[in-house]
Amino acid sequence: MSTIYILWLREMKRYVRSRAQIVASLGQPMLYLLALGFGLGPVFQRSGQGSYLQFVAPGVVGMSILFMSIFSGIGLLWDRQFGFLKETLVAPVPRLHVMLGKALGGATVAVIQGSIVFVVCLIAGFRPVNISSLPIAFLFMALIATMFTSLGTAIGSVLVDMQGFQLVMNFLVMPIFFLSGALFPLANLPKALAIVTRLDPMTYGVDGLRAALIGISHFGIATDIVVICAITAVFMGLGTYFFSRIQL
Amino acid sequence: MMRVEHLVKTFGEFTAVGDISFEVAKGEIFAFLGPNGAGKTTTIKMLTTLLKPTSGRIELDGLDPVKHQNKVRRLFGIVFQDPSLDSDLTAYENMEIHGVLYHVPRAERRERIESLMKLFEIWDRRDLQVKKFSGGMKRRLEIARGLLHTPKILFLDEPTLGLDPQSRNQLWTHVKHLNETQQVTVFLTTHYMDEADRVAHRIAVIDHGRIVAQGTPKELKEQTNADSLEQAFLTLTGSSIRDEGADAADAMRQIAKMWSQKR
Ligand SMILES: Nc1ncnc2c1ncn2[C@@H]1O[C@H](COP(=O)(O)OP(=O)(O)O)[C@@H](O)[C@H]1O
Ligand SMILES: [Mg+2]
Repeated sequence: MSTIYILWLREMKRYVRSRAQIVASLGQPMLYLLALGFGLGPVFQRSGQGSYLQFVAPGVVGMSILFMSIFSGIGLLWDRQFGFLKETLVAPVPRLHVMLGKALGGATVAVIQGSIVFVVCLIAGFRPVNISSLPIAFLFMALIATMFTSLGTAIGSVLVDMQGFQLVMNFLVMPIFFLSGALFPLANLPKALAIVTRLDPMTYGVDGLRAALIGISHFGIATDIVVICAITAVFMGLGTYFFSRIQL
Repeated sequence: MMRVEHLVKTFGEFTAVGDISFEVAKGEIFAFLGPNGAGKTTTIKMLTTLLKPTSGRIELDGLDPVKHQNKVRRLFGIVFQDPSLDSDLTAYENMEIHGVLYHVPRAERRERIESLMKLFEIWDRRDLQVKKFSGGMKRRLEIARGLLHTPKILFLDEPTLGLDPQSRNQLWTHVKHLNETQQVTVFLTTHYMDEADRVAHRIAVIDHGRIVAQGTPKELKEQTNADSLEQAFLTLTGSSIRDEGADAADAMRQIAKMWSQKR
C-alpha cells in the first residue's frame, strides 16, 4: 500500500509543479469549446437540436480527461528516458503496485484537469441541467480517467522512444476522440460511422457524462458503466502484463 | 552468494556479454574491471532482474533472478551507472521514495536520510529540486540513496564516475565499513585501477564481453610485475598512447592480454 501511495503522491507533486503545462493543456479544450461551441452553435440550433455549447461541453470535459490520462500513462516513457523507471523496477515491491501507484496518480491528475475544464465550461456559459447528478458526472470522469491511464500504461510500457509517442497520438488518441461522439450526436449516423463509434470506448464515457450533465443519453447510464468497466479490466490486464515484462 | 555460469547476452547480432562465469562469496568485495562497452553494465542488469539473459545460469543467494524476480529484488541494493533520479522532485523526496520502496521504517528513514545526506554534503540542499543540482551533487545523491537501506548484496556500477576525491573517499570508506560490520557482499564496476586495488578482495577483468583475468589484486599485480594495479595500468596506458589510434580501451586490452598469458 505504501508503495502505491508514495508513487501516487509523486504524480501529484509533479502535476502541481508543472503549472505551465497545466495552463498549456487547457488551451486545446478551450479552443474546441469556444470555436466549436460558438461557431457551430447557430447551425446546430437551426437544425432544432438546441444549444451546441450545452451539447459539446461534456465532450470537451471528456476530451481533456482522455488526453491527460493517456499522457500520464505514457509518462512512463519519460521515466524510462530520464532513468527513474529503473529505480522503481528493481525495488523489492510487486511491479503491480508500482504500476497501480503510477496509474492511479495519472487518473487523479486527469480528473483534476477535467474538473478545471468543467469550471471553464461553466464560465463559458455551460449549465448542467441537474445539479443532483453531478456526482454521477464525477463518477464518469473517474471511470474515463482510469480506463485511459490503464491504456496509456500499457502503451507506455511498450514504447521506447518519442517517435512511437507521436504515432500513438495521431493514430490512436485523436481517432478515439473524434469517433466518440464528443462533437456530434450519435443518433441517425451513417451505418459505418455508427458501428465505429460503438467500438470506441470513449463513446460510452462521453455518453455517461452527457447523461449526467445534460440528461441526454444514447445507451443509458447502466450500459455505459458496464461497458467502461469491462474495457478497463482488459486495459488493466494489458497494462499489468506489459509492465511486468519491461526490460531496460 | 553469487554464482554465474556461461552467461550470455546478445542484442540482435551483437554479443554484449559472451559466456562469462564467476563466483562471489558471501562478504566479499568483487570488482568488475573493464573499459567502456566491455559488458559490465549489461551483466549487472541481468543480475538485478532488469534484463533477461540470452543463455546461461545466474544464482543470487540460491535464487534465479529470471524465475524469482521479487525474491531476488529483496536481496540487493544498487547504484546505477546512468541517471536514475526524478529531477522534478527534491533531493529529500527522492530519498524518501527510495526509503518507502525499500521498506525502511519511518523513524529510521528520517534518521538515515539525514545522516547520509550530511555525509555526502547535500543535506543543506535537501529541499531543492534535483534538476537544479550539479552533476556531482546528483551523483552524490544517488549514492546516498543507494546506501539508505542495508541489503545483502550491494551493486555499484561505476559509482565514482564524476565524483570529487573527497566523495570518493567517503564512499569507499562507507562501503568497506558496511562490508566489514554487516558482511554486505559488494559487486562493483569501475575503470579506476586504484579504487579496485584499494577496496576489492577479488577482481575480474572483462573486455569485449569476456573475462580475461581473475584473481586477488595481489595475484594480478604479481602477474604484471607492478607495485600497484594503477601503476601497471599507467605504464601500459602510457606506452600505448604513443601508438597511433590507441585509446584507453586498447590499453585495457593489452593489460588483459598480459594477465591472461601469464596465468
Ligand atoms: N539495449 C542494448 N541494445 C544494443 N546494444 C546494447 C544495449 N545495451 C548495451 N549494448 C551494447 O553492449 C555493449 C556493452 O555495454 P555495457 O554493458 O553498457 O558496457 P560497460 O558497462 O562495460 O561500459 C556496448 O557495446 C553497448 O553498446
Ligand atoms: Mg557501464
